[in-house]
Amino acid sequence: MPSFLKRMRWLDWLILALLAGITGYIGLRMQGALNYDWRWELIPDYILRYREDRQEWFPNLLLQGLFATIRISIYASILALIIGTILGVARCSENLTTRLLARTYLELLRNIPPVVIIFIFFFFLSQQLIDAINLNSWSRGIARGDNAHIWEFFFGEMRRFPSLISGVIVLAMFEAAFVGEIVRAGIQSVPKGQREAARAIGMSSFQEMRYIIMPQAMRKVVPPMANQFISLIKDSSIISLISVQELTYKTVELVASTRLIFEAWLTTAAFYFILCFGLSMLFRRLENNRSRE
Amino acid sequence: MTRKTIIVAENIDKFFGDFQALTDINLQIHQGERVVVCGPSGSGKSTLIRCFNGLENHDAGTLRVNDIELHEDVPKIRQLRQDVGMVFQQFNLFPHLTILENLMIGPMKVRKLGSQQAEALARKYLERVRIPEQADKRPAQLSGGQQQRVAIARALCMEPQVMLFDEPTSSLDPEMIGEVLDVMVELAETGMTMVVVTHEMGFARKVADTMVFMEAGKIVEVSPPETFFTNPTSARARVFLDQILDH
Repeated sequence: MPSFLKRMRWLDWLILALLAGITGYIGLRMQGALNYDWRWELIPDYILRYREDRQEWFPNLLLQGLFATIRISIYASILALIIGTILGVARCSENLTTRLLARTYLELLRNIPPVVIIFIFFFFLSQQLIDAINLNSWSRGIARGDNAHIWEFFFGEMRRFPSLISGVIVLAMFEAAFVGEIVRAGIQSVPKGQREAARAIGMSSFQEMRYIIMPQAMRKVVPPMANQFISLIKDSSIISLISVQELTYKTVELVASTRLIFEAWLTTAAFYFILCFGLSMLFRRLENNRSRE
Repeated sequence: MTRKTIIVAENIDKFFGDFQALTDINLQIHQGERVVVCGPSGSGKSTLIRCFNGLENHDAGTLRVNDIELHEDVPKIRQLRQDVGMVFQQFNLFPHLTILENLMIGPMKVRKLGSQQAEALARKYLERVRIPEQADKRPAQLSGGQQQRVAIARALCMEPQVMLFDEPTSSLDPEMIGEVLDVMVELAETGMTMVVVTHEMGFARKVADTMVFMEAGKIVEVSPPETFFTNPTSARARVFLDQILDH
């Protein structure tokens, strides 16, 4: 018997039994009220499908969406890390203007709902940017080219490339504010004596940052940064609102065309959960190994 | 004998908010001179020597160190800091670097030496502070006394003209104070100009050319150690000496 079972008292069992009872009751009521026809057997096809004509497996809507979510999360976190580090350093700057600008950015992002921010970023920034550098025609060119499959491995369908880019930019700009706060906390956790010692041997403030403060700060911020990465994966569902074809968007599409409302959303929820929970377990294990060193 | 004056302070005032930390400080320190600054805590000793390499900015008066005038935002201040080494009470070694890297980073990044030159320099000074065998360890693996000796070597690697010591033994366990003071005495014997804030009066007797006694942000007495320890001119210095020597 696992040890946690031994530690359960009768009260714990009672609470669990009550919870199970309530859940079951709600389930039964819903069954009756909704008259919902569960068709779980259709879901696997929308994850992975066998194509008879080509004799090969291919990822269908949901899996495509999951891959897109993973890609977007990776690119957006890299970008957010870069912007966030700059913001964090700016927040600790000796120059008042720099500090104020970084602070303003952070307070704006903290006090406006994410959905609103994402629309604003999308219409004001990334749309303009994409038009300005003519990304649409460039990516169409790639999609017709010979190396299309390599590009598609990294960026998904190339025709959707501009939308992926705006998704990544918008998400990164949003998360950068929080990454910036983490970096700032890291920088401020380095004792003042370290700065003085760096200055006392004649380092410039850039050298002091680059060789003394940042290496120490970055080590300290790994755990909160890992959590922020998981938050970013969850937040990435918001960019479905600007038609970036990630997991949530694909699920909306699937539900619209098949009416598999509960099955599709539960599957998507499971995908997100496995991804995020898996990563959080992984990071915890890495963190344990690191602190044992 | 006309020796070059390395530090000239004239009418220095320093404020922290409303609190006046230094009042009308006048002091001259010559090349090769060993100055020990003492006085009760909060008397402005540390603030004063931190002004000497620009870690604190004075608010009034003029301060020239090694022929460079210290003002706020002078780019020359970085040049000056290379010529003025500093050892802190809390060692302030860089914990993410090995001992050798701690010593090499200044010469390499600031003096732009190649890594071989910098390493030779680092090993030379590690030898000087008698811990060459610790080169590849991290600061956290060393005892306090060893860490402070590394900190001295790190400052020496910049080959400074003056060394400032800000209570170098105050955070050490008693049994480690001796090894750090030994290194400092040896350094004094090489003719290095030294300004030392310390309560170690035995050390002061042994190496000081000049004793500076401070109280409440003012210099109360400047005299050679023979006079200072046997017959201090100020009553306050006498009280201070009685307090720390009688135990």
